[in-house]
Amino acid sequence: MPLVQTNRLHKFYGTNHVLKGIKLDVEEGEVVTIIGRSGSGKSTLLRTLNGLESIDDGTIEVDGTALVAGEGDLRALRQKVGMVFQQFNLFPHLSAGQNVMLAPQVVKGTNKREAAEIAREMLARVGLDQKFDAFPDQLSGGQQQRVAIARALAMSPKVLLCDEITSALDPELVNEVLTVVRRLASEGMTLIMVTHEMRFAREVSDKLVFMHEGRVHESGHPQEMFAQPATPEFANFIRSLH
Amino acid sequence: MMTFSLWDILRNLLNGAALTAVLSITAFVLGSLAGLAILFARISKYRAPRAFAKLYIEAFQGTPLLLQLFMLFFGLSLFGLDVPAWLAACLGLMLFTSAFLAEIWRGCVESVPRGQWEASASLALTYGEQMRHVILPQAMRVAIAPTVGFAVQVVKGTAVTSIIGFAELTKTGSMIANATYQPFLVYVLVALGYFALCYPLSWYAQRLERKFHAPRTN
Repeated sequence: MPLVQTNRLHKFYGTNHVLKGIKLDVEEGEVVTIIGRSGSGKSTLLRTLNGLESIDDGTIEVDGTALVAGEGDLRALRQKVGMVFQQFNLFPHLSAGQNVMLAPQVVKGTNKREAAEIAREMLARVGLDQKFDAFPDQLSGGQQQRVAIARALAMSPKVLLCDEITSALDPELVNEVLTVVRRLASEGMTLIMVTHEMRFAREVSDKLVFMHEGRVHESGHPQEMFAQPATPEFANFIRSLH
Repeated sequence: MMTFSLWDILRNLLNGAALTAVLSITAFVLGSLAGLAILFARISKYRAPRAFAKLYIEAFQGTPLLLQLFMLFFGLSLFGLDVPAWLAACLGLMLFTSAFLAEIWRGCVESVPRGQWEASASLALTYGEQMRHVILPQAMRVAIAPTVGFAVQVVKGTAVTSIIGFAELTKTGSMIANATYQPFLVYVLVALGYFALCYPLSWYAQRLERKFHAPRTN
């Protein structure tokens, strides 16, 4: 059974039908990249997976925790689904270490010493163990985003959602973040990403999902899809990248 | 005819100033607590408390403090409730303070970027946990300077309670002015009294503003 499963997912913003019956299966350890033009619904789809956007119809199931048209245990779902944002969204009043410690302490009731240990370990995973006491405004964008990744990992999620996590970074800082993601992928982390880094997507993804007007228009193995687009819309999209 | 030395005048004014200070502090402390309750109603997920808080705030912001005091002082006596001047003064200023502080603080809570809510929600924090650990600590930093600044308004607002006969600084001043026939001297002293109470607060608010004007990351 897939780790993440959505069925007949529908979402409206007022009268605007943004998700039109999405079916998406993600296996454990799989790296899935969602691509598409802006307005195609890719970010919205990602955000429904941990309940940041409500859904109007359909089901989401992650590792046995189900959400049916918005009803369900959001807190349980969110403990299984970590998320990293375009704007990092670190808590500016807390140090890097405290950012990572907060959720384990508050949500899981981990004691402070243990939470600090987890935080050190997670910061080490993103190469920032020496920045434990630094505050977000003392870190570069790339470093902040790596702390945000560590913060999500500290809850040991089953799947990590990455919503355009390099889009707000200066070009020279993109690579340090992609390196961390690449390492997570190779360690077997289940990842669902929305990204504009097409080369990176082709390189690390097991599956590419092309969204168009609120539907999964085409999906498959990235190399094959790029070599032989099955639909004119995807062919157009690829052409527009160059 | 009785004569008044400068010391007589000063001594009485100091008593009035002390009452002004006590009234200000009482109104501010109780008003803060009530304001906190109104704040949580104002930013609640539910419509009814939100609507109530909005009405409450608009009612107190949209009418003069003087009329609010009149309504408390004279209005309640219509219902057979004998409200002493000090109680009406405390109550009136407290309600006035709570409405303004709730509105000031609402702005501070709303100034916390939406990404902070989303990030903490994605980490499975509940609404209460988000508030306590993520939103309020950031909102409080923003709130300190305007809150202390508003305290200055409360101190000056206490002068209005002289109208209903509460013997704070202004009322004491007008009684002495009438008895001594030296209104200019007395009112200058009264004004100096307010200034002595307010200036340290303004100064402190400015200092806090500089201190907490910290750079934000997003």
